Amino acid sequence: MITTLDVTVPAQLTLALVPDLVLMGGAMILLVWSALRPESDAHQRSVGVASIILAGITMVLVLAWANRYDAGPGPIAVDNFRWLVDIIVLLGTVFAIALSMDDNMRNGIRAAESHVLILLASSGMMLLAGARDLIIVFLGIELMSVAVYALAGLNRRSERSAEGALKYFLLGAFSTAFLLYGIALVYGATGTTNLQLIGGRVAMFALAGSPLLVAGVALMLIGFGFKVALVPFHMWAPDVYDGAPSAVTAYMAASVKAAAFAAFIRVWLEAFPYSYSAWHGALAGLAIITMIVGNAIGLQQRNIKRLLAYSSIAHAGYLMVAIAAASFQGSSAMLFYLLVYTLATFGAFAVVVALTRDGQEAVMIEDLTGLWSVRPWLAFAMAVLMLALLGFPIFGGAGFFAKWYVLEAALQAPVPQTTLAIVLVLTTVVSAGYYLYVVMVMFMRARPDGMPAPERAGGLTRMVLAITVVLILVLGVVPNGVANLARAGRPRIDVDPTLTTLPRRISTAPPDTAPRVADARAAEPNR
Amino acid sequence: MLPLLQAAAAGTHPLQGTAASWLWAVPLLPFLGFLINGAFSIVSAYHAGPADPTLAHGDGHGDRHGTHDEEHGAHGDDHHQVKRHPFAMLTSIVGPGVLLLSFILTAAIFFAMHGAGEIATPFIQRYFSWMPVGDLKLDAAFQLDQLSMMMMLVITGVGTLIHFFSVGYMQDDPGYPRYFAYLNLFVFFMLLLVLGANFPVMFIGWEGVGTCSYLLIGFWFSDKANADAGKKAFIVNRIGDFGFLIAMFLLFANLGTLDFDAVRAASTSLQFGGALVTAICLFLFLGCAGKSAQIPLYVWLPDAMAGPTPVSALIHAATMVTAGVYLIARTGFLFSIAPVAQIVVVMIGALTAIFAASIGLKQWDIKKVLAYSTVSQLGYMFVGVGSGAYVAGVFHLVTHAFFKALLFLGSGSVIFAMHEAYHHTGSHEDAQDMRNMGGLRAYMPWTWALMWIATLAISGVPPFAGFFSKDEILGGVFARAQHSTIADAHLFGISGSAWLYFAYLLGIVAAFMTATYMTRMMIYTFHGPNRTGDKEREHLHDAPWIMTGPLLVLGILTLAGGWINIPEFARFLGPVGALERWLDPVVGASTQRVIAGAAETSPGLEYGLVGLAVLIAIGGIAYAATRLDPKSLVPKREAVPEEGFEKVLLDKYYVDEIYDAAVVTPVVGTSRGLLWRGVDAGLIDGLAVNGSALFARFVGWIGSQLQSGQLGTYAWVLVIGVLCVLGAVTIR
Repeated sequence: MITTLDVTVPAQLTLALVPDLVLMGGAMILLVWSALRPESDAHQRSVGVASIILAGITMVLVLAWANRYDAGPGPIAVDNFRWLVDIIVLLGTVFAIALSMDDNMRNGIRAAESHVLILLASSGMMLLAGARDLIIVFLGIELMSVAVYALAGLNRRSERSAEGALKYFLLGAFSTAFLLYGIALVYGATGTTNLQLIGGRVAMFALAGSPLLVAGVALMLIGFGFKVALVPFHMWAPDVYDGAPSAVTAYMAASVKAAAFAAFIRVWLEAFPYSYSAWHGALAGLAIITMIVGNAIGLQQRNIKRLLAYSSIAHAGYLMVAIAAASFQGSSAMLFYLLVYTLATFGAFAVVVALTRDGQEAVMIEDLTGLWSVRPWLAFAMAVLMLALLGFPIFGGAGFFAKWYVLEAALQAPVPQTTLAIVLVLTTVVSAGYYLYVVMVMFMRARPDGMPAPERAGGLTRMVLAITVVLILVLGVVPNGVANLARAGRPRIDVDPTLTTLPRRISTAPPDTAPRVADARAAEPNR
Repeated sequence: MLPLLQAAAAGTHPLQGTAASWLWAVPLLPFLGFLINGAFSIVSAYHAGPADPTLAHGDGHGDRHGTHDEEHGAHGDDHHQVKRHPFAMLTSIVGPGVLLLSFILTAAIFFAMHGAGEIATPFIQRYFSWMPVGDLKLDAAFQLDQLSMMMMLVITGVGTLIHFFSVGYMQDDPGYPRYFAYLNLFVFFMLLLVLGANFPVMFIGWEGVGTCSYLLIGFWFSDKANADAGKKAFIVNRIGDFGFLIAMFLLFANLGTLDFDAVRAASTSLQFGGALVTAICLFLFLGCAGKSAQIPLYVWLPDAMAGPTPVSALIHAATMVTAGVYLIARTGFLFSIAPVAQIVVVMIGALTAIFAASIGLKQWDIKKVLAYSTVSQLGYMFVGVGSGAYVAGVFHLVTHAFFKALLFLGSGSVIFAMHEAYHHTGSHEDAQDMRNMGGLRAYMPWTWALMWIATLAISGVPPFAGFFSKDEILGGVFARAQHSTIADAHLFGISGSAWLYFAYLLGIVAAFMTATYMTRMMIYTFHGPNRTGDKEREHLHDAPWIMTGPLLVLGILTLAGGWINIPEFARFLGPVGALERWLDPVVGASTQRVIAGAAETSPGLEYGLVGLAVLIAIGGIAYAATRLDPKSLVPKREAVPEEGFEKVLLDKYYVDEIYDAAVVTPVVGTSRGLLWRGVDAGLIDGLAVNGSALFARFVGWIGSQLQSGQLGTYAWVLVIGVLCVLGAVTIR
């Protein structure tokens, strides 16, 4: 049934990339079509519908490929981790396009290419999901980022949008330099850009302590840290998130982060497991400071989009805990978390889209006062989403299990991450301060007289909201099907055939079952 | 995936492929009813219903009496306006309809089970893996065996009757769909409770019925007393639930599983009479004492009468309060190896039986009499299941469901009639006080006759249902006092045998009191002169057929319900011990372990005990009939206050006041003084919350200072971060 591809052969590599290529090719065609006709609302919507259909086709292909192909070592991974990340990304793509179709109408944005830009960014993300070579990682990140820079400045009439986009671009370029420099140093230390070969050579030639490699790892950490908005590389996020159209913000906060994290953890698990002691301290420190600062500043926000921006920074901190676990359990927990986080973030931004009135700069928490009495379903949905982001059981649906699995992975890691788990729990308590405040304002404050009820939200917005809320609630009752999928979706690390003839320091345990990270750490002399 | 899992779990069970494979639908139907009725209730808050001619009318009372003379809602002393809910018609169809379907399905499953012959193992349906956390593997699974079958029949059967009764009783209440939504939801949770294949699923049902009970006790929540009664029930039950949870933790920590079947298998490894199993059983019993209103946690049940009367009949008499009895029967394999815990259960049961019965002797509120009677009868059931006579306990549970539901619904009819009569004249008299009744026999002949049947049954007069079950409990205790594993155990240095004889004695005395207070209730309500009032009298009459019909069915069950387990000496009535044989696969082994192969009591002794029981019952009735004079009674407003011991009884031994002084006041005082002002306001708010808020504000201040919008600042922060990371990886 399952065909194993040799992805070092160009033809088979192409076959392994078919879903990505279909998305890219389709996006090109749609780009041409979107430019052929003059800008209009109708054209914008039809390109949007076509884009959603293309994303849907890609999703079907992903599912088909997932059941059909498998691959040995090479620049592209063909494993369940990649397919699951693809699905999370494509889900986000569909949500983002659907939301921006409604949001564009309201903001008077008629640029049909906005949907195509989302598709192009998504193809970069899909590349990241499967990247097993630092060059491909870089390619994916740039493909994604360049499209997202343009998306952030989509609202040409808004100064804040343009300002945010420029800041994002400049700082993004700045941080990309760190990533690229890091890649170069790692190449210099190991002589390869293939993740598995890096991992193998670090182990074989005892390179874990090499200054070149350590510096390279640190610079790559900074590069990824910028993409996922870790403190202190997060400064761009609130301004950009606030300025960009809400649908784009949701896409940046959820999908961009999901793809970057997917590449992040794959690089860390496949290439740098043996450098654990080099990167762990810095990574854990970034996680802790991100969780604390993200939540603490989140408490101060009154603008919902900025609040969600800081909330997304805090969530990046939680996800770092899963990386710090340095285990496949951690990567599975991260997959489940990314899915739930994607759903909750798109849902929350759908509420923002639903509440935005024409000509209004920002949606403030005060605008939600007494929402329960005028838009009960909207208030209910927002409450579920806030509780999901908080990680509350039952009413917050799968949000609880997402945090639970991360905590479980952290505590059951080869080196238990107790400190990180404690910080995660404590900062989650702090985050209740703003998530529950939103719920409280909606349900427990009376709506002031004369405050107009929000207009009825667009059909697509309501659909996104319904899907996300229902999925979150359902996954909160029966998380196991998806959790088991996430457990199966770990990066598959193959033993490089070129290494088997040489003396090896790697474990004696069977390669597919043993947590190699732990073995390597045990084998490494104390520094 | 679902059918596959089920097939894998059930294997080749004889019930596979029969009606039992539809087991999941039995609780699902009431749940659907809950959703639909709940939707009616919510929708009607926003939109006027399909046909609501009254919306335009004022709230004036009496302006629509011409059209709705026959059936308006009755409750307590609340003179609400008569305004039928816009969705009343649909609710009347959906509410009882789903229950009827559920009952039909249950009956089909019963016949499938009956036809399948001897079924030794439970039929388990696994739906999905619910909570796989570490070693804990929990499935959402249902378990069908003879015991849960019995309970399902009672719940859906009696439930259906009470739902139909409710149509008449509640139809004109403004919250009619809400009422049925809660009632349907209750039945769903109750079925979950009896069908759960492991402790946690059962616990969900256990908590769910508690929630519904709370919602229904406080159904008329605009009256603070009702809302308080709901809270009291909920809070008192928390204490019991705490015990249940501890018992579950102990089971999981020591046996590593919470599935009933697996616990039963693993329980063989527990030491007989060991501290662990005794503790587990006692904690479980704490849960039972809360849910089933036993000493010391019985205080919530009499207050629970604040809810609508059909609720009292269904939840607080026939089903929910018997959950504790069910739990002990279900976990008989644990209790039967913990004789000390069994002695405790028996003694608490017996003391509750006599204690509550004595309070029942002096109550004036007709529902309070029945409430204390329920507490007392539950005590009997615990004497039964506690002494290892599981069949007798469950048997009494079933018959009690019949006759107590009948009594409550009958009292509901009386209150309905009284309320309506007072409603007509605008009087504000108490419609539940027996001193305002009297002589109702002439106005409500059906209710009178049916309630007498139930009274004879609860008093233990043959051949009514209660006679057989109560006699079996008392006989069971007597036999076990002579020889059993309990008799050989010791508690406080006194032998189990002595405890059981004492429990038997208490049971006999309580039986006498039961006959007395029930006869007193009947005499004051239905006999003698009428004290309702001259103007009101002409409005008294039997309830409509939608209400009397269910009474009639329950009357038949009360008459014949005892014949499901006919004792040896009455073998001319039909097959002997049908229920005992039916339940044998579930509780047979536990029962055998307790009686330890003892010979049956000699026929002579058995006849003696039966004769004594009958004498006691008739004596109690005769005592009440001769000593009480309804003619000397005056209506409530003219009554003189009681004195002496009568007042102590009327005031329920001041238990509520004692609890208030001993528990509530100190707890409130500590909470207010120490925990609130000191710990919460001082330490937590002052130091932790405000402190961390200050910290957060500080961090936020720095953050917002840096978040200046200046790109240069951002890049500067970024570079600082870069230097920190590089420093962290290089400097050691």
